[in-house]
Amino acid sequence: MAVRTEEMLLNVGPQHPSTHGVFRLVVKVDGERITEAIPVVGYLHRGTEKLAEDLTYTQIIPYTDRLDYLSSMTNNYALVQAVETLMDLEIPERAEYLRVLAMELNRVASHLVWWGTNLLDLGAISPFLFAFRDREFIVNMLNELSGARLTFNYMRVGGVKWDAPEGWIKKVEEFVPYMREKLKDYHTLVTGNEIFLARVKNLAIYDDKEAIAYGMTGPVLRGSNVKFDVRKNQPYSIYDRFEFDIPVGETGDVYDRYMVRMNEMEQSLRIIEQAVAQFPEEGEIIAKVPKVIRPPEGEVYTRMESSKGELGVHLVSKKKDKPYRLKLRRPSFVNLQLLPKLLVGRTMADIPAVLGAIDIVLGEVDA
Amino acid sequence: MSEETKASSPKQPLLDQYVKLITEKVGETAIKEAYINEVNSHMPSFIIDKELWHDVALLIRDNENMQFDYLMNLSGVDYESYMEAAYFFYSYTRDEYLAIKVQTERDGGSVPTVMDVWPTADWHEREAYDLLGIGFTGREISRILLPDDWVGYPLRKDYKPYDEEV
Repeated sequence: MAVRTEEMLLNVGPQHPSTHGVFRLVVKVDGERITEAIPVVGYLHRGTEKLAEDLTYTQIIPYTDRLDYLSSMTNNYALVQAVETLMDLEIPERAEYLRVLAMELNRVASHLVWWGTNLLDLGAISPFLFAFRDREFIVNMLNELSGARLTFNYMRVGGVKWDAPEGWIKKVEEFVPYMREKLKDYHTLVTGNEIFLARVKNLAIYDDKEAIAYGMTGPVLRGSNVKFDVRKNQPYSIYDRFEFDIPVGETGDVYDRYMVRMNEMEQSLRIIEQAVAQFPEEGEIIAKVPKVIRPPEGEVYTRMESSKGELGVHLVSKKKDKPYRLKLRRPSFVNLQLLPKLLVGRTMADIPAVLGAIDIVLGEVDA
Repeated sequence: MSEETKASSPKQPLLDQYVKLITEKVGETAIKEAYINEVNSHMPSFIIDKELWHDVALLIRDNENMQFDYLMNLSGVDYESYMEAAYFFYSYTRDEYLAIKVQTERDGGSVPTVMDVWPTADWHEREAYDLLGIGFTGREISRILLPDDWVGYPLRKDYKPYDEEV
């Protein structure tokens, strides 16, 4: 006797552990197969862009912390980068190195959370504990630097707020070989695992053309074999001084996106290692910036590589102390668009794997 | 912007080339203004007539001298007397940047959709519609971040929060 199935509408979320935030996915399933998936976002919309229009530039920085709260350092930078471009500011060396160190440490921390939680969704519990154990070292270091564990509010227009405390650089230096060892353990623990491979290989494949057409950026773009990284292709800050590779995938499946992020952590460690070696003994940590920041009239669109992808800021200034318009181009928001297409034809059990490989943070999707 | 600074921009020949292409292939009226945004790494920028925007969109994506295959960002901006949709492009093949502005009326104004040209425009357009009330013709559109029954468009400069008790 043939099995009779009928279509069913199912809400995944907004409260669901595998969405890691308030994200709703309305799926139409025929048996176990997904026939349609509609993402519903906006549950965490706080109107950051509107709020920013009533805030001075320095006051906006803590709001950027709360976009992608796993990667606040890069968000800080995205904002100050736009303002500095408009003002044509020269940033002191030492501040640039502190920024790069903070951003790359944060990138590793962000990828660690992704690694832990993504595998947790796939049913592996121990990676989560290892990831958070090692992330704790980074969080502690960034805490010593900025005074906060998650919402750092560290960067300022023209430089950074605090200098590195005594012995901090040494701690960062010692962390690099430690983390390298741990990454090897991670690979032993997970990467070769047969169950893991069965769940992620050849899953949710898209090619380079599709990725570009859908505006995918970051690891989800590089997973489809596009060798592009803003740090390399349009270097900002002092990224042109470091040697690092751009890891790419071949087939563009979930496994490739996994490997890209794993390799990116190693590249970040390479950058940190070089930045520590080149770190200037002394110097200013912030440029001479007027007390009230009034960028000249004009507009810029600047972009940078956050842990999720291209974080862009479109800033329109009318020579006031507050922005006329601040638009945040959030990578998580844009990357999520391809999800429905990837899910159709797959089973319910594939949802956490596919969604986890895009690596969204809802604070950033909804802004 | 004085003529002198314009001439000194390294992107000026590129801008002239784009102007020629758009005027030839789409029409003389397509470009309302062409300039170089010097502060933003000399980005070639255009203000395009909204009636011809879709034709221009196809041209800048497909023409071999343009090939802007990636729409980086779409922002809506309320300039109080008019609305503007600002598009920022990057070409992976040519490693070049481009900005396009399309302006429309404040009340009930709309611009043609480019969702069929760059699929990524879908959510960007929905966001601009949701927060600024810019319409996009040639597609179905609904709010994305705010609830469907929200009153008003928060990013407009004259926005007043709706309070049903008042």
